[in-house]
Amino acid sequence: MADQVTAEPGKELQGLESFVADWSSDQEAFKKVHWGKAMMWIFLLSDTFVFSCFLTSYMTVRSSTTIPWPNPSTVFALNLGGVEVPLLLIAIMTFDLITSSGTMALAVNYGYRRDRTKTFWLMLATAAFGAAFVSMQAFEWTKLILEGVRPWQNPWGAPQFGSCFFMITGFHGLHVSIGVIYLLTIAFKVKRGDYERRGNYEVVEIAGLYWHFVDLVWVFIFAFFYLW
Amino acid sequence: MDHGHAASQAIPQQAPDKAHGQQHPLGIYFAIWGLLFVLSTFSYLVDYFEFHGLARWLLILLFMWLKAGLIVAVFMHMKWERSPLMYAILVPPLLLGVLVTLMSIESNYTFWTRIIFFGLRSLGPPPGVL
Repeated sequence: MADQVTAEPGKELQGLESFVADWSSDQEAFKKVHWGKAMMWIFLLSDTFVFSCFLTSYMTVRSSTTIPWPNPSTVFALNLGGVEVPLLLIAIMTFDLITSSGTMALAVNYGYRRDRTKTFWLMLATAAFGAAFVSMQAFEWTKLILEGVRPWQNPWGAPQFGSCFFMITGFHGLHVSIGVIYLLTIAFKVKRGDYERRGNYEVVEIAGLYWHFVDLVWVFIFAFFYLW
Repeated sequence: MDHGHAASQAIPQQAPDKAHGQQHPLGIYFAIWGLLFVLSTFSYLVDYFEFHGLARWLLILLFMWLKAGLIVAVFMHMKWERSPLMYAILVPPLLLGVLVTLMSIESNYTFWTRIIFFGLRSLGPPPGVL
């Protein structure tokens, strides 16, 4: 085909044609996408593969062991007034992270509306929910370590349980902790008016992408590690 | 193909403030937020009411994919992104299906090798002579 794939003036290509047009053009693949956003997405894609490797290796050791796997429902139960409620802390952590995702989405929205005060406070709320999540995780780790869970053994069954648990939740917790620092940094830059001067709040959306990704990973960990 | 028509359908929300990126009404975020809460409650209830076997798996995976889809599509704005970015990010993870398939075959092989070489004693308490 001799013609280049280009849009008629004033119109945009859609779907597969726009994909071909962007990817076959020299120098710049993602037209009209902020470079930071494209880079964040590519980082998140690579991170997807990292977490997938963890979850796949967890699947492999869990389905190849001949010793019964500890039941997460009872391992992660909390005792409330004499009643063992299954997975209670994990459920609270899930809701906490979803809430933080919600406040982050609102922060991005208010950023584009150039409402600095609201953006700042919503990002601060997001970071606070994130910090709460890490604290609950620290509590969970402490509880399990005191009960005798180690990367090489545990009192309930297959020894691989501990290594999978510490590796997967630890790496996710590290992401949350880094996210909290990242969000606080951007929040204070918002407050100081950096993006107001630059006239572009896309940085807030990019930070938001990272944060939503952390929530996204938790959705998979919750399903595969805690509910299986 | 009528590009003009397709374009007017696909990007109506960006029109008012295109220079300033993703600008959508607040309502959609609250709606998705609510849905995520409901779906999380459902997936918790799958465990609470002790569903087992195929029903458990189907429910867990259904709620998981719905939640993941809502987060990526709306919270991460993927639904409003240009399709070149969408393809670049969403297609590569599909390859993970190959890895998962290979590893589940491999783990099945390991499982039966263990049963054959270490015997059934590895399935439960040791039968005396050890």
